[in-house]
Formats: sequence, C-alpha cells, structure tokens
Amino acid sequence: MSIRIDVEKCTGCGSCEPVCPFGAIEVADDVAKIKDNCNVCGACKDACDFEAIVIDLPVEVEAGEDDSQGVWVFAEQWNGKIKEVVYELLNKGRELADTIGTDLCAVCLGHNVGGVEQLGEYGADKVYLFDDPSLVQFQDDIYTQCMVDLIQERKPRMLITGATSLGRAFIPRVAAIVETGLTADCTGLDIDKETGLLLQTRPTFGGNIMATIVCRTKRPQMSTVRPHVFKKGTPEPGRKAEIINMSLNGKPTDSRVKLLEFIEDVTEKIKVEDADIIISGGRGLGKAENFKVVEELADVIGAAVGASRAVVDEGWIPYSHQVGQTGKTVCPKLYIACGISGAVQHLAGMQTSDMIVAINEDPNAPIFEVATYGIVGDLFEVVPMLTAKLKQDRS
Amino acid sequence: MNIVVCIKQVPSTTEVKINNETNTLVREGVESIINPFDTYAVEEGVRLKERFGGTVTILTMGPPQADVALKECIEVGADAGILVSDRAFAGSDTLATSYVLTKAIEKFGDYDLVIVGKQTMDGDTGQVGPGIAQRLGIPFVAYVSRVDDISDGKMKAERMIDEGHEIVESPVPCVMSVSKEINVPRLPSLRGKMKAKSAQFTTWSAQDLGIDENKVGVAGSPTWVMQIFSPKREHQSEMFEGSSDQQVSKLFEKLSEAKVI
Repeated sequence: MSIRIDVEKCTGCGSCEPVCPFGAIEVADDVAKIKDNCNVCGACKDACDFEAIVIDLPVEVEAGEDDSQGVWVFAEQWNGKIKEVVYELLNKGRELADTIGTDLCAVCLGHNVGGVEQLGEYGADKVYLFDDPSLVQFQDDIYTQCMVDLIQERKPRMLITGATSLGRAFIPRVAAIVETGLTADCTGLDIDKETGLLLQTRPTFGGNIMATIVCRTKRPQMSTVRPHVFKKGTPEPGRKAEIINMSLNGKPTDSRVKLLEFIEDVTEKIKVEDADIIISGGRGLGKAENFKVVEELADVIGAAVGASRAVVDEGWIPYSHQVGQTGKTVCPKLYIACGISGAVQHLAGMQTSDMIVAINEDPNAPIFEVATYGIVGDLFEVVPMLTAKLKQDRS
Repeated sequence: MNIVVCIKQVPSTTEVKINNETNTLVREGVESIINPFDTYAVEEGVRLKERFGGTVTILTMGPPQADVALKECIEVGADAGILVSDRAFAGSDTLATSYVLTKAIEKFGDYDLVIVGKQTMDGDTGQVGPGIAQRLGIPFVAYVSRVDDISDGKMKAERMIDEGHEIVESPVPCVMSVSKEINVPRLPSLRGKMKAKSAQFTTWSAQDLGIDENKVGVAGSPTWVMQIFSPKREHQSEMFEGSSDQQVSKLFEKLSEAKVI
C-alpha cells in the first residue's frame, strides 16, 4: 500500500483518528496504524503535525517531457444542432487555453451540423470535424473510436466534455482506452500556477465537501462539466476557427447498440433546465399536497417547478424536478427557493443563478448564504402573498 | 442466463462534514451501506433471473468487511457473491477500479449480462460501468429504465437520455447501468435471510486476479485528490425586514426593478 506511518515520527497523539472519513486509522500502543479499509484520501496526512504519515505518489508527467498541447472541448450535437453546454465549455476552455498559452479546439461528430462555423466566434481556434451520415445519431462504437484515434494522434493537454447523458456514457469509455484520468461533474476548472495542471474542483461525499482533483501522471487531463455550471460567452462576430475535416476511413461503420425508437419527454410543462424562472420547494413544505403553493406561484409567472433532493426522495414530486448535484444543474435568471434549507448538494445545482430569492423560517439556513434577497418567514404566508401581488400586477 | 451485478459499499455520506477550524473531515460514526443506486441493479438482476432463468452473482471490491453488503444482496434474492479485496487496491480511482472489476468478471468467466447502478453516492461519477464495458470489449447501455426482452443474443431495453427515452437493442453480453425508475427494490425475505446467514463468499486478491500492481491503487490512478475543503461563500445577501407584507412588497419592487418578472 502506498500510504504508511513513519513510526519514528509518530507520537501516537491521535489527531489523525477523528478526521478519517472511513474510520480507517487507529492509534494503538502509542502509534497510528492504517486499517484495510483505508482509501488513501490523505485526510489524515493533512491532520498530522509530525509529518508521520507518508503517501508515495507515482511520478508525475515532467513539464519538460509533456508534449501534449491544446485544450479540447467535445462539441456535442443533438438533431444536427450544437448543444448549449458546448458554448459554456468553450468560454471556460478559452480562459484555460490562454492561461497555458495553447489553442482551443472543438471536436464535433455529426452530419451537416448547424453552428460549426460559429464555434470560432465562441472562442475555438480549430474545429476537428467528423462529418458523415452514419454520425447523425450517437453511435457508441464509432464515436468512441473517432475520439480515441484523434487523441492518440494529436495528443491534447486536456479534454472537457458536457456531463450530458451522452457525455457521461461515452467519455469514460474513451478514458479507459486512452488510460487516463477522468473527473466527473466539475464545478470549477482552473490552472495551477506552479505546475500548470488542470485543477478540477467538484463536490464530493454527497456534496458536503469540495475536492480539488488533479491528473498528475497521464494526458489528456479529462473532465466532464454539467450544463449551466459555466456561463456562455459573448460571441465575437467574424472570429473564425480553422475547420479540419477528419476522415472516417478505417473506422467501424456500425455500432453494436442500435437505436430503434426515440420517445420525447412531454410530462413536464416547462423543463427546469431550460427555464428562465424556477420556483423550488423543499422540506419546509411539510407534505406533498403543499407543493400547490409553489405551483400556483410558478403558474402566475410561467416558471418551472424545482425541488430539493429531500422531497424527491420522499416521493412528493418526480425526480425530473430535482435540482442539485444528483439532479439537474440550473442557471435561471431567477430562482426562488421556498422552504429549502440549502444543503451543499442543492446549492451545487443552482448557486450560479443570476438572482436567488430564499424564503425560509430558519434565519441560519445555508440557503441565505447564496441568496441575493432573503425573507425569513412562514412560506405559507409569504408565497401566496407574492402570488397574489404578481397576479394583481399581471391583470 | 448468468448475471453479474457490481455493487459498492459507501459511507452514508450526509454525515461527513468538514471542521472549518482545522480544515479536516469530521466523522460521526459513519456507517457503511450499499450504494443506494446499486440496490436497483441488484433488484433488476433478481427480476431478470426470475423472468429468464439463471443466476445472479454480486461482485464488490472493498475491504474484508464489505462481505456484509454481499450478505444483504443474498437476502433479497442474489445467489452468490464475490469479494475482491486487497490492500493494493486502496486509493484506486475509477480507471483503476474498472480494471480490477474487469479482471474479476473475466475470471468469473461465464457471464451474459453485467448490471451496475448509475453512479455511487460518495463519488457520483458513473464512470466505472462504461470503463468495464470498454475493457471487456462489450457494449454499454446507460441509464436503462426498462428491459423489454432478452432473447436470441439480444437485449431490447428503454434508456433515459436528457431529451427523453430511447428504445435500443444491444447484443448480449453487455454492461448496462440502471436508473432509479427501473424498479422498486424488494425487502429481504425470511428465506433470503436464512440463506444469507450461512452464505460463504469467494474472495479474490490482486494475485488471484493476476493484477498488474502498477495499474491499481494510488500508483495506477491518474487522478489524485489534491485538496478537500468546505465550500466557502463570499456573498452578500440582502435580508428584508418588517412584516411579511412589507417584505413581499420590497421583493416585488426588486424583482420589477431587475425586470425578471
């Protein structure tokens, strides 16, 4: 195991014990001992005042030997149109590419995809374009092979992909073939000033804790990012990207998984992820029937209805309404949280909203820390009052 | 049909917090549970066995204590369990974990279907399933919400995507990840509980699996947690004051000013 105790330095003080999230370190006979369920997370190392906990890390890629270059963004398309998340990733990708002084490239697979020409206006320097009738819809095997071949040929420094259902199913396969690290659902991407490594920050342990993850030993450094986590940039009219047409020669032309039928989801009136205004309800609503308080307000201003994980788990409202780390990430113009305390897992899904209004009984609820405006009060009084006021205003 | 279901034992995560003074993790008697998303995978395995015949084998990688999780799966209808356990695996990221599980599935050998949960509660990545499929060289079907049929070497199923649902057909063997919508996991039966009491599990070490030690644990994991911290907020909120009526009027004013309504 790559973690060990330096018994000469260990004083048996025990400060490592309580910080282990797994209960995997124990002091016995005045010396710490690491148990089998250790996950080498390093929490104990940080807590030790005597440098008695040693973690042997594999050798990282030396800056001088790192011949990889370029920040890549997977330009996912749906129905022949570039997805919104791509523009968000290009905006962040531009910043990263400028920091390390390299090109920003988009990789697009599809057929007659609209918007490819405009990727330059959103920051791309180059577009690697695979254009073929067989690529209209997502084809697991073909997409994977194209991406892998391109990575092995051009050696990008990093590759960022939207954490869409497609991205999350497809990119881990690419990472397994290329044998590199992949960090899911990042909420922050930055460059380490000293090492130039990509700092990938994401919520972990159910969203209560943030972790910054680096990929030290392999290239490309790969991340997925949920839609709406980063802001879309302002296009620069006339800015052009070089479009490099890639050939499908020698690649598989058939995927083993075949799409037989597509059924569009029509159950939600307004999808939370597309809404300009979201009214969300949490445990403060007390019971399922009380969601109507939230729904009435949403109806008056044409908003979508969101929910915290707690109430979805309670079965008060379907999962498609859940906002948060394991639900949807949203970035509306206005987010009104009613009776939501604001667990980190929820905040991770909505804190980049332009304006946040929190209505909660508890003045110490964490939701107020991210709120633009806060009302401490009884939501059953406040929300209907707001609904009435808006109704009056509309008529 | 031989079904392998991969599960993970995770800490019941919401109890893990950070002490802001010392910037270290605080653990208050965190207990281990089966990753909730994996319980749907186990249930679907058992249901498919009931529909099409065969066996359900549960595979988990973890410390020796993870056999508790395997016992729980026997209680709800699984037939056998395999624990892959070795200190060399500690610190494995999703790339290394998918390598270890693949080696175990290959050693198990005679499989027709591998089922995984859509993601874990502690890591939330959902990357191990597709990694296993790629390493086994078989298709991956993500977010399955219904299995219509498995026959003649093919599986027909419905999967959830961002835009709706897709009906797809995949050859078997394949790896599928299941979403919460696929079923409602059953409670343990008395018979299952009896069976679990006496259940013995196969345990495989790194050596048993012929593992390349450079591909597992910290050495074989390209990703590394550099820092953990509590989310910090440097945000100024404006809290309204006065009666509910006054507060709502103030809010209405602000919303009108900002032209968001």
